[in-house]
Amino acid sequence: MQEIQSLLGGFAVALSWFNLMLMLAGIVLGVIIGVLPGLGGANGVAILLPLTFTMAQQPGGATSAIILLSCIYWGALFGGAITSILFNIPGEPWSVATTFDGYPLGQKGRAGAALTAAFTSSFVGALVAVLLITFLSPIVAKFALRFGPPEFFSVYLLTFCAFVGMSKGSPFKTISSMMLGFALAAIGMDTVTGQLRMTFGFEVLIKGFDFLIAVIGLFGIGEILLTLEEGLEFKGTQAKLNMRVVIDTWKELPRYWKTSIRSSAVGCMMGIVPGGATPASFMSYGLAKKMSRDGAKFGTGMVEGVVAPETAAHAAGTSALLPMLTLGVPGSPTAAVLLGGLMIWGLQPGPLLFIEKPDFVWGLIASMYLGNIVGLIVVLTCVPFFAAILRVPFSIIAPVILVICAIGAYTVHSSMFDVWLMVVFGVMGYIFKKLDYPLAPLVLALVLGDRAEDSFRQSMLMSQGDMRIFYANSLVGTITTLSLLLLFWPIISMGIDLLRGRRAPTIDNE
Amino acid sequence: MQQEKAVGSVRLWEIIVAAIFLVFGAIVVWDSRRLGAQWGSDGPQAGYFPFYIGAIICVASLVNLFSAVAKGSRDAFVEWGQLRLILIVMVPTLVYVALMDNPWYSLGMYVPSIVFIAFFMRFLGKYGWPKIVAVSVGTVVAFFVMFEIWFKVPLPKGPIEAAFGFA
Repeated sequence: MQEIQSLLGGFAVALSWFNLMLMLAGIVLGVIIGVLPGLGGANGVAILLPLTFTMAQQPGGATSAIILLSCIYWGALFGGAITSILFNIPGEPWSVATTFDGYPLGQKGRAGAALTAAFTSSFVGALVAVLLITFLSPIVAKFALRFGPPEFFSVYLLTFCAFVGMSKGSPFKTISSMMLGFALAAIGMDTVTGQLRMTFGFEVLIKGFDFLIAVIGLFGIGEILLTLEEGLEFKGTQAKLNMRVVIDTWKELPRYWKTSIRSSAVGCMMGIVPGGATPASFMSYGLAKKMSRDGAKFGTGMVEGVVAPETAAHAAGTSALLPMLTLGVPGSPTAAVLLGGLMIWGLQPGPLLFIEKPDFVWGLIASMYLGNIVGLIVVLTCVPFFAAILRVPFSIIAPVILVICAIGAYTVHSSMFDVWLMVVFGVMGYIFKKLDYPLAPLVLALVLGDRAEDSFRQSMLMSQGDMRIFYANSLVGTITTLSLLLLFWPIISMGIDLLRGRRAPTIDNE
Repeated sequence: MQQEKAVGSVRLWEIIVAAIFLVFGAIVVWDSRRLGAQWGSDGPQAGYFPFYIGAIICVASLVNLFSAVAKGSRDAFVEWGQLRLILIVMVPTLVYVALMDNPWYSLGMYVPSIVFIAFFMRFLGKYGWPKIVAVSVGTVVAFFVMFEIWFKVPLPKGPIEAAFGFA
């Protein structure tokens, strides 16, 4: 039970007044970010990341910084549910499934019950995922210590192939957008040979593109432009949460224990695989609908229909940090931004982190427990305040968000060129969203591009250019085979369906 | 039924984006060939990895291009009314960034932010001036305190901040 001991050490780190204060601040900021249109977990964390640069310099500061940023992430996950239920606007892609039953519940005057159910099941999902991280991540990290460059490259390959295999839209669009990320990551000075790649004589391009700018532009500006299409006003239901509603709902919730367990399992499994949070919430909603006794009434405002997607989404969002911490492979765009933060603070994510910086890792894991408890209390008590933010007229909120995005883009490298770049990425994000080019693979490729290329080059050096190195031993061979299976999954599943003579199955998400 | 003029079909935009991808992929391939996408004396050359990336972009965008031409949706990409709203936000945003950063007379970050927020409140929200000044100046002062004083992250400042003694 070495994990318990490490975890207790982590609590000792996380339970300082300063860190608790940061947790509270992070959660409140995160919920606000999750509620505001155009600001979500990924770009919210990206914008606030530069603020931690000085903080992380102090001893123990990196732990405080990651506590602040990860709590913003938890807050944003909680906040997504508020807008879904009260305004029918999913704050994050994985809250879409929450609107199916959450918004009708609000319309029926049971917004309080829907919110309580959403927050509580988010908390349960997160708790299960954190328990998983606590006990599984040391094992994965220990295992990954044996990894060499070919193994790491095959893990990257698995990550990216998973996107192709799991994407709901056209796999070729996923590939295009992912490769665009890799190509953008390659721009600038090549770290091995020192040659300039694709700069075409422009001095500003030598440093390359920073993925934080891309995240702020794609998710921030792009999202605001999309929201604009819907018009300038948000129409929502009133939010009132008194203790009686909360307790009544809590009494009702244990009835859905089966849904909770199933959704947590789905969420954890899908969260570890990249890009899994959104399909996890849909899948869990679909499963609950199929397996519940009240399945036919789903979509008209069932509490169970809120429990299922929220549990899964929060479990997936949390467990996305497991591969980030242990392998250095983020499972979601927000996890990618957190990973970028680690690298900026001078920490090398991956298996060695558990040995070299146990304080950091276990402090973070302990803060996940505490942060989610703080988060649950904050959202349950402050819902009316957060809902009021969406009532601020658009003509005030839109320019303020754009100013925040601009400041965020500038502070990453103190460069005005980045602000222009952010605007370009914003327009790109808008067009991509409209044409179903997925953004998450682009961001992940931009973050992991250099590392993937390095491990590829090192593997090629080891084998003198022989691709068979990715089948050199059983470990790397298994991961590579799995990747290829996932990559060709769209074709394979089509083949299976043809053999069975049935139509291609689709995720049930009406 | 609202009759709104569409600005291009989804199909048209699919084709445009796929074509841009194709050109971009070709540029990547070309530049990688220039750097050398072969096996050098000391290992893979600088263009080795990007070459394949560019090649994959070209192949994938060709597939996207063909599927867009063959079965692209004729639905409207964006309606004129929606585009108008987007332009109402985008054009001032471009002016805002240009005020902050241009080769002639950059105003720093704070003053353009005040102007930007005030512009929106005036022209979209139709607020009275006292309210506009309170919100725009108040927000920007809050940012100033947060960035310059608490977190010690300096933002670009122009002549007006200099007149107040901040540079």
